Amino acid sequence: MKFTLSWLKDHLETDATLDEIVETLTLIGLEVESIDDKAEFAPFTIAKVLTAEKHPDADKLRVLSVDAGDGKPVQVVCGAPNAKAGLIGAFASPGTYVPGIDLKLSVGNIRGVESHGMMCSERELKMSDEHDGIIELPKDTPIGGSFAAYAGLDDPVFEIGITPNRPDALGVAGIARDLEAAGMGKVKKLSIAEPKSGFPCPVDVKLDFDAEQENLCPAFGLQYVKGVKNGPSPKWMQQRLLAIGLRPISALVDITNYVTYDLGRPLHVFDADKVKGDLVVRRGKDGEKFLALDGKEYTLGPQICVIADDNGVESLAGVMGGELSGCSDDTVNVLVESALWHPLNIARTGRDLGINTDARYRFERGVDPSFTKSGLDHGTNLVIELCGGEASASVIAGEIPKPDLIIEFPISEVQRLTGIEVPSEECIKILQRLGFGVSGTGDVLNVAVSSWRPDVFGKPDLVEEIMRIYGVNKIEPQPLSSHGAVGAKILTTGQVRNRAAKRSLAARGMLEAITWSFIPENHAKLFGGGLQATKLANPISVEMSDMRPSLLPGLISAAGRNSDRGYNDVALFEVSGIYLGDKPEDQKRIAGGIRRGSAKLSGSGRDWQTPAPEVGVFDAKADALSVLEACGMDTSKVQIMAGGPDWYHPGRCGRIQLGPKNVLATFGELHPLTLEALDVSGPICGFEVVLDAIPEPRKKATKTKTPLELSDLQAVRRDFAFVVDQSVDAATLTRAAAGAEKVLISNVSIFDLFEGASIGEDKKSIAIEVTLQPKEKTLTDEDIAAVSNKIVDNVMKSTGGVLRG
Amino acid sequence: MNDIVTLENSILAEIDTAKDEAALESVRVTSLGKKGSISEKMKTLGGMTPEERQKTGPALNGLKATVTEAIATRKDVLKREAISARLEHETIDVTLPVRQSPSEAGRIHPISQVVDEITAIFADMGFSIAEGPDIETDYYNFVALNFPDGHPAREMHDTFFLESDENGERKLLRTHTSPVQIRTMEAQEPPIRIVIPGKTYRCDSDATHSPMFHQMEGLVVDKTSNVANLKWVLEEFCKSFFEVDQVKMRFRPSFFPFTEPSLEVDIQCDRSGNEVRFGEGNDWMEILGCGMVHPNVLRSGGFDPDEYQGFAWGIGIDRIAMLKYGMPDLRAFFDADVRWMKHYGFRPLDMPTLFGGLSS
Repeated sequence: MKFTLSWLKDHLETDATLDEIVETLTLIGLEVESIDDKAEFAPFTIAKVLTAEKHPDADKLRVLSVDAGDGKPVQVVCGAPNAKAGLIGAFASPGTYVPGIDLKLSVGNIRGVESHGMMCSERELKMSDEHDGIIELPKDTPIGGSFAAYAGLDDPVFEIGITPNRPDALGVAGIARDLEAAGMGKVKKLSIAEPKSGFPCPVDVKLDFDAEQENLCPAFGLQYVKGVKNGPSPKWMQQRLLAIGLRPISALVDITNYVTYDLGRPLHVFDADKVKGDLVVRRGKDGEKFLALDGKEYTLGPQICVIADDNGVESLAGVMGGELSGCSDDTVNVLVESALWHPLNIARTGRDLGINTDARYRFERGVDPSFTKSGLDHGTNLVIELCGGEASASVIAGEIPKPDLIIEFPISEVQRLTGIEVPSEECIKILQRLGFGVSGTGDVLNVAVSSWRPDVFGKPDLVEEIMRIYGVNKIEPQPLSSHGAVGAKILTTGQVRNRAAKRSLAARGMLEAITWSFIPENHAKLFGGGLQATKLANPISVEMSDMRPSLLPGLISAAGRNSDRGYNDVALFEVSGIYLGDKPEDQKRIAGGIRRGSAKLSGSGRDWQTPAPEVGVFDAKADALSVLEACGMDTSKVQIMAGGPDWYHPGRCGRIQLGPKNVLATFGELHPLTLEALDVSGPICGFEVVLDAIPEPRKKATKTKTPLELSDLQAVRRDFAFVVDQSVDAATLTRAAAGAEKVLISNVSIFDLFEGASIGEDKKSIAIEVTLQPKEKTLTDEDIAAVSNKIVDNVMKSTGGVLRG
Repeated sequence: MNDIVTLENSILAEIDTAKDEAALESVRVTSLGKKGSISEKMKTLGGMTPEERQKTGPALNGLKATVTEAIATRKDVLKREAISARLEHETIDVTLPVRQSPSEAGRIHPISQVVDEITAIFADMGFSIAEGPDIETDYYNFVALNFPDGHPAREMHDTFFLESDENGERKLLRTHTSPVQIRTMEAQEPPIRIVIPGKTYRCDSDATHSPMFHQMEGLVVDKTSNVANLKWVLEEFCKSFFEVDQVKMRFRPSFFPFTEPSLEVDIQCDRSGNEVRFGEGNDWMEILGCGMVHPNVLRSGGFDPDEYQGFAWGIGIDRIAMLKYGMPDLRAFFDADVRWMKHYGFRPLDMPTLFGGLSS
C-alpha cells in the first residue's frame, strides 16, 4: 500500500514529523517498508532567465544569464528552443544530481562557452516524458524558492506492508484513523453529501442468485450520470497516482483508482451507452467468454460472479471490468457501481483466472459494507466534479449488512495475555478512537465491532488492538517460571540417536550433506519408490517430483556433482527422513552415507606412504556398524547376512539384522546399472541404517556397569586354518569356532584369507586365531589339545571344511 | 719394573687403536686371557723372592686393573660410535606429511550444528524438542491452525501438494513446523514447553527462498504465559544464540492466523560491513514471527482458551545460521558441494554446550 504525505494530511491534521509518522506506523503494525523522501529533488530552485543570446559558435544553442534568486546571475548554455529572456523555470546548479538523465552536473564548457548549471525539462525531473523544451512557469512565480515544493515533487511516498487482516488500512483514510488512535493527530472527518438527482436511474439491476448463494453479492449500488465529459484528470490526482505507481488514464478511470486507494473502496464505472438493457448480477455460465479490460479473453464458469446485460458479461464481479463497456474519451453517460462481494469467492475467482487487481486485493480481504452507499455517493460526486453531468437517483439491489457483533470484553484480558496493566479508561479511549462502540464501565465492557474490521472476532483481537496502540514497547520482558534447578534430559531416544549418528559419521571423516527430500521420479523408482502416494502434484521441476524412498540417490547425485567439479574422492552422509508412504509412520529416520573413489577411513587420494585403494563393501559395512554402535547397539549381537536390495552389487552387499523381520541396515557396493542410471561413475559404496529400527535400550534400575573380571592367568592363543567351500560364510566358521567351548574361548579372529589353485577351485582357506582365557587354573597341554579338537570338530561339522595341513 | 711399564703402554696403545669390539676382544685375550701377556707375568710371581714379589705383585695387579678399565671404557666408546653410525644411517625426512585423522576431516552441516545450539539454549529454559512428519494433512497444516479454507493467508504459503489418494484426500508438505503444535497439544497436557526444529517446504526458489528450508517453532501453553514472557524468551534466545551481551529487539504488531495478538520481531544490527553484527548499529532486521496462541488453535489442541493460554513463535533456522556464520546463499545449503561443507561445516567434536560456549 502506497500513499504520499500530503495525501495522508488530507485525512489527518498533524504536526508530527515524517520520522515520527514512519516510526509510529511501524510500531502500530502498519510496517513501513520503504519511504522515499524525494530528497533528490531538493536542490532544484526556481530561476529566471535574464538574457538569452545566441551562442557564438552554435546555431541551436543559447547563452543564458540565469538568476536563481541570489542576485548573482550565472551563465548557462542551453539548447531548448523555448529558452528566452524572462522565462521562469527549474534550475540546477553544478554538483546537482539530475534524476531524469541520471547525471551529476559539473561546470561545463560547450563549444568554448562555460556553462554553470542547467535549466531543466519535465523529463529531466521525472515529471513526465516532455523534453521538447524547458519548464515554463507563470510570470508571477517568485524566484529563488524550491522548485520541488512549488511543483509538489517533494511529497514523500510511503510504502507500507499491510497484513491480510487489515483491509481497513488499504485506504489512506483508514491509516489516518490508526494514526489518530496512536496520538499522531486528528482525523479530518469526511463529509459526503448525497448527489442531487433529477431523474430515476434508467438502468435497473437485479441480483440473480439461489437463496443459499445470496451472500455472493449482498448488495449492489448503481447510479447513472448523464452528460459527462471525460478527459485527463486534474494534475493533483495524476501526481498522486503517479507517486504510487499508477498510470493516469482518464478522469473517469482515475476516479475509481483514486477512491480505491483513498478510501479503500473499489468502484467501477461503465460507459452507460455501451450497456444494453438492465444489469443482472449472477453466476457465470460454463464456457461463457469474457473480454476483460486487460485485453485478454477469459473463459468463465458457475463459480465466478459476473455482471451481465443483454449483450452478455460486462464485468467480472469485484475483480476487473470489461473491455466492451469501459469508458473512453467519447463517453458521455456513465453508470457508477459500488458493490459488495463475498471475499472467498473473489479470492478464488482471482486465483482461478490469474488476475490480480487492486479491487480483488481489497474485496478478498473485506471491504467495509457500511460504506457501500457512501462510496457510491462519493464516486458520483467526483464524476460530476471532474467531468460534469447530472446524476440519477441511485439504485441499491440486495441489502447492505449491518454490523452486529458485540464482544463481551473483560478488561483483565489485556493483562492476562500481555502482562501489562492498561488503565481501563485508556483501553476504552483506544477502542473508541479505532471506531469500536464501547458501552459499560465496569470490569467487563461491551464492545461493538466496527463495520470495517472483519478481522475482529473475539477478546484476543481486542487485546491486540489495545496492545498495539498502547505500545508493545511498554511491555517489559518477564522471565518464564523456572521448572527446576538442573535441567533434565530433554531429547528422545530418536533425537539422541540422530545426533550420535551424525557425530560418529563425521568422526569417520565423512561430510554431512543435506539433500532435497524430493528427487526425480526415475531415481525414486530405482530405489523402490515412485509410488502414487509420494508423488508431488505441483513439483517445482521434474528433478524434484517424488519424495525420496532412500537417502542414497541424493547422495550419489551429489557425489556426481562434486566429481564434475574435480572432486572425485568424497565421503558424504546424511541423517534425515525417507518417505515410504504418505502417513506419519511411513517417514523413517535414516542414517545413510556413501564413499566414492578412494575416500576410505584412512583418508582419500594418493599418499606417499600408502597407495590409494578403492572403496568397497567393507568400508560401507564399517560405517554402518559404527552408526549402530554410536546408537547404543552391541554389534557383537547382530547378524550379518549376505545380500540386500537390488540397487547394490548382488555379490557385494549385506544386511545387518536382528532376525529376518528386523533389518537394521543394508550396505554394499552400488550396482553398476544403478550408477549408470544415476549417471555417476563408481566405485561407490554406501549404507543405510534405519535408526527407528534399533530397539529402545532396556531401562535399568541403576547406571552401574557389570563388574569387571580380570584373570591373572595368562591367555593362550592358538592358530587354525581351514579349507572350506567358497560358499561358506566366514561368520559361520568363526561362530562354530567360538561355540566350541563357551567358557574358555574369549575371542576368535580371522587373520588370513587365501584363495588359489593350490587348494583347489571353489575353495578358500580361512585362518583364525583363537584366544583361550583360563579363569581358574593354568591350562595344561592336554587341556589345550582337548579344546583344539573341539574347535576343529565343530568347524568341520558346521562348514564341511577340513583342517589345512 | 720397566718391562711392566712398557707392557702397560703397549697394551693401552692397542686398546686405543682397536677399531671395533672384535679387535678389542683380541686385545683382551692377548693381555688378560689365560695365556695373555699379563697372565704370563702373573705366573712368574711364584718364582720370585718375597721382596721382589712384594714389589712386582701390586704393580702387576695395578696393570691388570688399568687394562680392564681401559677395555671397558673403550668398549663403551665403540658401542656408542656404532649406535651413532646406525642412527645416522636411519635418518629420515620428518617434514614428510602425515595423514589427517578422520575426525579432523569430517564435518557437521551448519544446520545440524545450529539445531544443537538451539537445543542447548532451550534445554536450559526447560523446553523439550518435539517433531512431526513432513507429509501432513490439510487439517494439521491449516485448518487446526485457524487457516479456514480459501483464506488469503493460505495463499502466502506456496504449498506443495501430493497427488490425491483414492478417497480424494490431498496430503501436502508442511509449509511450517506449526502442525507439530497441534500434534503436541493432542498428545500432552499443559504445561507444554517445546521447540520444534524441522524441514518445511514451499514452492518458491531464489537466492533467499528455497523449496525446502528449516524452521524452529516454539510453543508454550500453561495458565499464565503472556507477551511479556514471550519477549523474555526470545530476547534470551537471541542473546545466547548470537553470543552477544546485549540485543535490542523491536516487537511490531503483525498478523498470523494461528496467533492473536501477533507480532513480528526485528533485531537491531549493523550491516555496514561485510558481516552482520548484532547488539550494535542502526539497522533493523526482521528475524521471526510470534504471538499468543489463537483461541481456535488452543481449541484444536483440546484446551479451553479461557483456562489455558500460551505463546508460539517460528524462526528460520537456515536464516539465523546464515546470519551467525555468514553463508551468503541459501541454495548452497542443499547442494552438498564438498568445498562448501569443508569451509562452513563444523568439526564432529565441536559440540555446542552452554558451559563450553556454543561455538568456539
